[in-house]
Amino acid sequence: MTRADYTIPVLLAALAILLVLGLLLPKWLFLLTLALGKGLVVLGLMLLLRTGLVSFGQGLFYCLGAYAVGSLGQFLGIKEVLVLLLTGVAVGSLIAVILGLLMAKYRGIFFAMLSLAFSMIAYGLLVKTAALGSTDGFNVAPPTLFGRPIGGEQHQYALFALACILVSVAAVLTHEYLRTPLGRLAPAIRDNEIRVEYMGASVRNAIHVKYVIAGALAGLGGALVAMTVGHIDPEMAYWTTSGEFIFVAILSGTGSVIAPFLGSFVFEIIRTYAYQYSPNTWQLVLGSALLLVIVFLPAGLWSAFSYIRRRT
Amino acid sequence: MRELLALLADGIIYSSWLFIIALGLTLIYGVMKILNMAHGSLYALGAYAAASLVGYWMGHGRAPMASYGMLVLAAIAVGVVAGPLIERGLLRFMYGRNEIVLLLVTYALFLILEDVIKLIWGVEAYYVSEPYGLLGSFDFAGLTYPVYNLVLIAVSIVAGSALAAVLRYTHAGKLLSAVIHDREISVAMGINVSRFYLVTFTIGTMLAAIGGALTAPTVSVVPGMGVQVIVLAFAVVVVGGLGSLPGAALGALIVGLVRSAAVHYLPQVELFSIYVVMAAVLIFRPKGLFAGAEVRKI
Repeated sequence: MTRADYTIPVLLAALAILLVLGLLLPKWLFLLTLALGKGLVVLGLMLLLRTGLVSFGQGLFYCLGAYAVGSLGQFLGIKEVLVLLLTGVAVGSLIAVILGLLMAKYRGIFFAMLSLAFSMIAYGLLVKTAALGSTDGFNVAPPTLFGRPIGGEQHQYALFALACILVSVAAVLTHEYLRTPLGRLAPAIRDNEIRVEYMGASVRNAIHVKYVIAGALAGLGGALVAMTVGHIDPEMAYWTTSGEFIFVAILSGTGSVIAPFLGSFVFEIIRTYAYQYSPNTWQLVLGSALLLVIVFLPAGLWSAFSYIRRRT
Repeated sequence: MRELLALLADGIIYSSWLFIIALGLTLIYGVMKILNMAHGSLYALGAYAAASLVGYWMGHGRAPMASYGMLVLAAIAVGVVAGPLIERGLLRFMYGRNEIVLLLVTYALFLILEDVIKLIWGVEAYYVSEPYGLLGSFDFAGLTYPVYNLVLIAVSIVAGSALAAVLRYTHAGKLLSAVIHDREISVAMGINVSRFYLVTFTIGTMLAAIGGALTAPTVSVVPGMGVQVIVLAFAVVVVGGLGSLPGAALGALIVGLVRSAAVHYLPQVELFSIYVVMAAVLIFRPKGLFAGAEVRKI
């Protein structure tokens, strides 16, 4: 790699612009915050995708993060935003550490299926848990930052700003992780994991670490989305939610840590408008877009950017 | 004792239903190595086609008994139209790619088909319960069951054994085994592999559609009805071992009985129990109960 790496400056500049844009366009705050939260989940999924693994159950950690936030507010009355977010991350990573012990042994379709099974178990449990609102879920009270309200109708910008900061920290850390030897193992594992073992690296450990990071990011994303939307339900763990994350991950590609957030924005915007104007054909558009990306841009939309960059 | 019998009866009825749906999924995976996420949508297509045809038939005051013919006709129509369209128009360009890529392609197909269904049939629900009640009911273990459920069981047994017999005893079935075993050598030996793929996918589609068509009289046919079916079918084939016919049968039986036991004794864990079984099998027999050993490639 001789080319200069502009990822971090570009990322920080983009988020700074976002912060200003958020001030100018208060109506978009909800959508932007939502996209950032879901982008975090996709960022984690991207780590796994780089390793050649597709998790069809990332909704599990997303849902866990959200329910952690909801339950703390509902049952213990804890509304301090930093505590809530930390709990979301902690729950996501803890479950990922445990499940990762198993998941790290699986590849390909079986990895997808086992992750699907775990998320559907969570869905099945939540749907029948009356204390957590069964299929309806329950509302999440607006959180506070050091005692001051954040989020909700009036303080949406504060929550958005916090999301921007969290995303930049998460993206920078992930970017740095990708540059470590462990992070660089990912494409090697995807190409030929037996050779990676011969080099003396442990494939299982590498996958486990990625799985835990992905779980933590999804937990954080879920926590953020729960606070933004103010409502959570078991649908968050259903397989279609996980499918949506995969969709965005494939669309954005694995080229850069910025890609998942860009993809997430595009997806949320398309969804909002398509849902309004053609509720019966928007999935058709999504599906066709996914096919086009798989056929023509196997490395995701991001690869179109790097292609242009290579040309110039 | 009586409760146990009822549990068994419910379980077997549910298993038959699961098996019909899983059969097509397992056939397509076994031959083409495609885990078809759109299988649930094909099932829904079958249900909608059946709803339309039966509705038309009854609406014109024809013989009610022939509505069963309409169910079968619907499934065949969906298979013959959608199967070749999807295989020739899309999947054919994807062969030889990673299984995960194929999974994603069929996921895209799932998204597309969900909306195609809404475009053709709209979003309101269809009800065609006539064939369900037509055969009357019978008593078993103190409970009343519609005779229609026996049809379900019969269809699952016939479909499963017919498929197994074709694979084992016919010339085409033996050629198909060769294709499954080694696609490249089969091509070299002059087997028309792409035709086998086309026929396999069409039959798989037909099996999904017959599952849907037979379900249509028992439920309200609504958008999204295939969404939950696909994960259930996945659970069945994963438990049995992907691409294995006896595996699918065993998987359907296990999942069906577990669910029925859960419904009878502990309704809160109904949905959850199915996926616990799926996860448990994957944990202890990662390739499913009926999977063979695999060669490690370096």
